[in-house]
Amino acid sequence: MLKTFPSGGIHPPENKLTSNIPIGYLPVPGNVVIPVSQHIGAPATVIVNKGDYVKTGQLIATGNGFVSSNTHSSVSGKVSKIDTIFDTTGYKQPAVFIDVEGDEWIGTIDRSSNIAREITLSPDEIKKRCFESGIVGLGGATFPSHVKLSVPEGKKCDILIINGVECEPFLTSDHRLMLEKGEEILIGISILMKALKVGRAKIGIENNKPDAIDHLTKLAAGFEGITIHPLKLKYPQGAEKQLIKALINREVPSGHLPLDVGAVVHNVGTAYAVYEAVQKNKPLFERVVTVTGKSLSKPCNYVVRIGTPIGRLIEAAGGMPGDTGKIVSGGPMMGKAVSNLDVPVVKGTSGIVVFSENESERKEPGPCIRCSKCIGVCPLNLQPFLLMKLAELGMFERAEKEKITDCMECGCCSYTCPANRPLLDYIRLGKATVIKLARQRNLK
Amino acid sequence: MSNLLNISPSPHAHGKETTQKLMHGVVVALMPALFTSIFYFGIGAVIVTAASVISCLVFEYLIQKFVFKKPVTITDGSALVTGLLLAFNLPSNIPVILVVIGSFVAIAVAKMTFGGLGNNPFNPALVGRVFMLISFPVQMTSWPVPAGFKTGYADAVTGATPLAIIKEGIKNGESVSQLMEKVPATIQMFLGHMGGSMGEVSAIALLLGLVYLLYKKIITWHIPVSIIGTIAIFTTILWLINPEKNADPMFHLMAGGVLLGSIFMATDYVTSPMNTKAMIIYGCCIGILTVIIRVWGAYPEGVSFAILIMNAFVPLMNTYIKPKRFGEEVKNG
Ligand code: SF4
Ligand code: SF4
Repeated sequence: MLKTFPSGGIHPPENKLTSNIPIGYLPVPGNVVIPVSQHIGAPATVIVNKGDYVKTGQLIATGNGFVSSNTHSSVSGKVSKIDTIFDTTGYKQPAVFIDVEGDEWIGTIDRSSNIAREITLSPDEIKKRCFESGIVGLGGATFPSHVKLSVPEGKKCDILIINGVECEPFLTSDHRLMLEKGEEILIGISILMKALKVGRAKIGIENNKPDAIDHLTKLAAGFEGITIHPLKLKYPQGAEKQLIKALINREVPSGHLPLDVGAVVHNVGTAYAVYEAVQKNKPLFERVVTVTGKSLSKPCNYVVRIGTPIGRLIEAAGGMPGDTGKIVSGGPMMGKAVSNLDVPVVKGTSGIVVFSENESERKEPGPCIRCSKCIGVCPLNLQPFLLMKLAELGMFERAEKEKITDCMECGCCSYTCPANRPLLDYIRLGKATVIKLARQRNLK
Repeated sequence: MSNLLNISPSPHAHGKETTQKLMHGVVVALMPALFTSIFYFGIGAVIVTAASVISCLVFEYLIQKFVFKKPVTITDGSALVTGLLLAFNLPSNIPVILVVIGSFVAIAVAKMTFGGLGNNPFNPALVGRVFMLISFPVQMTSWPVPAGFKTGYADAVTGATPLAIIKEGIKNGESVSQLMEKVPATIQMFLGHMGGSMGEVSAIALLLGLVYLLYKKIITWHIPVSIIGTIAIFTTILWLINPEKNADPMFHLMAGGVLLGSIFMATDYVTSPMNTKAMIIYGCCIGILTVIIRVWGAYPEGVSFAILIMNAFVPLMNTYIKPKRFGEEVKNG
């Protein structure tokens, strides 16, 4: 029996249209817009001015404080303006606009294609390099990686978990990366292990990617402490807590972090970025993005410079289909719908999924028939129908007691509800209000 | 491309399940029982089923259209299921007018006064049935003897149900072993050749329905298994204590409405608990109450009452019996 997490979860159609399409290189666009706070944490300070000439890889904004991250230019050219934009999350953010001139990289980056196997940096130097290079979690949460590598006083980490699950339908960027950059990923994992001072790492991969499992298993023979674990297909296995439960059967308590059970989770994409930062001295300014959708004529996987407008990606994938109804940045289960094609690719953009008008239509909700299917699929065993009702009625205290704040917004409940009830919409609102109320209470 | 992109929040995908599909799934699961009941009771089964289904749909339509003045949703399949289940709980010779009254009680009183689908605390079909049992006790307890289309409708030959034979007999001081001679053999009961309400007689047909419901994931095993299991255990104990005063467990499971009740009535989404722990407790309580009513109560059959009683506790159970949350109680291995 293949391992998986015990309760809840769903099996949405996989629709992995691009698993067999090698990663291509999207040409550098004519201009980019780089939001400077592409991470959870304190906003960064822009350190370039309008009119400045910047090179590819040059630092353009610095993180403030520990939980923050640097941002680098993804192109060479002139800063045309510094302004605020709406990013993929719908929030306003300062961003650096650059008009591209050529593609001149900063000199410190090792652009050779040799694989650098020897890890010379010390654990502290690795953390420092990750911070300097602007490495954040590339699975979508974009949490600064150096923070995750710093185990606080009194806590112990004994295992590194690597997320190669890619449980979202449609997305294949991690899958392709594992196939094409397997060795680099394993070196990246070794680097992470060194920084965390742990002896073992487990990579979890769902069994719908047998080629990646085989490939990495073969390569891992040459790496000490790294093992590959096929997992049963089930969404949301890529959620940190679910992955930890599936791989090492430890349950992260509600309101706690993986570190509280001795584990740290990184994504395979992040491991690759760490490899490039530490071994090649290359800051994070490009990433693999899956551009997909049933209506696209050429769905594909591309290495894309951060800041590229998503319209460019859709063009490269065969152009915008006439009946497009929705464009999602990220996967269909947890991604965000974007309002226009100028929205730039950011560090957390794992995919762009185009839906036709038909596919993006929501059906009319009916009354709750109390079938309890939403409870059955909630990976956290919450009671979504109840949380929705409490949020709708404004009963926030009760909602807090029912642990609305535990909800990870995986969307399994809304996906499953036969009455098409918009459960997560209400739960999300309720959760935000409960968090706000709790914060106010703490201030008093 | 339309100028406006849809920017509704995640998830951007939805499963294939719909309320209508689930309800139609229940209808499909009821088909074997419907066919066997037509096989055993002939024209009467057809008339009663048609009367019940049509009047449930019509009442639902009229109330939604003229009282609620809201969009009519009779196509969602819920009134269809109620109509079938009500019919299954009736004798096949009952006059149509009584069926219409029963349907009115089920839909108008038990379902719509509470706000329609999803809000009713009691199973509508059972409310209709119990109302009829109390209002028209004679018609509701004369059970046609199965004889296929020879059974007839208004002129059906009637007899007692096996449960009633046993109950009466024990009251009159006869021993169970004597009484067992008077009731159909277990295999006959398994196939459905006995007196009883239209839908309850054939165990095999109901079990086929159960397999379908489980296979289609329309219901989970928790409620039926806990009811059937509890009744089996409880009646085994009684039987072991005194086999001359108590019928054996096989008899209890095959005779009467245990299977119909546990598979189709107690599992009604709206009126049953919403998590597995509560479902099992609910099922066990229904099982215990059923046996208590059958053995010590005034009626030979207790499944409907037991389910209705437990329906009343469902809101309480949903509030106090909760699933264990992920990360709530931590045991690390
Ligand atoms: S899945 Fe939908 S209909 Fe079923 S209980 Fe949950 S909210 Fe109600
Ligand atoms: S979105 Fe929240 S409530 Fe819904 S299934 Fe996921 S965790 Fe549970």
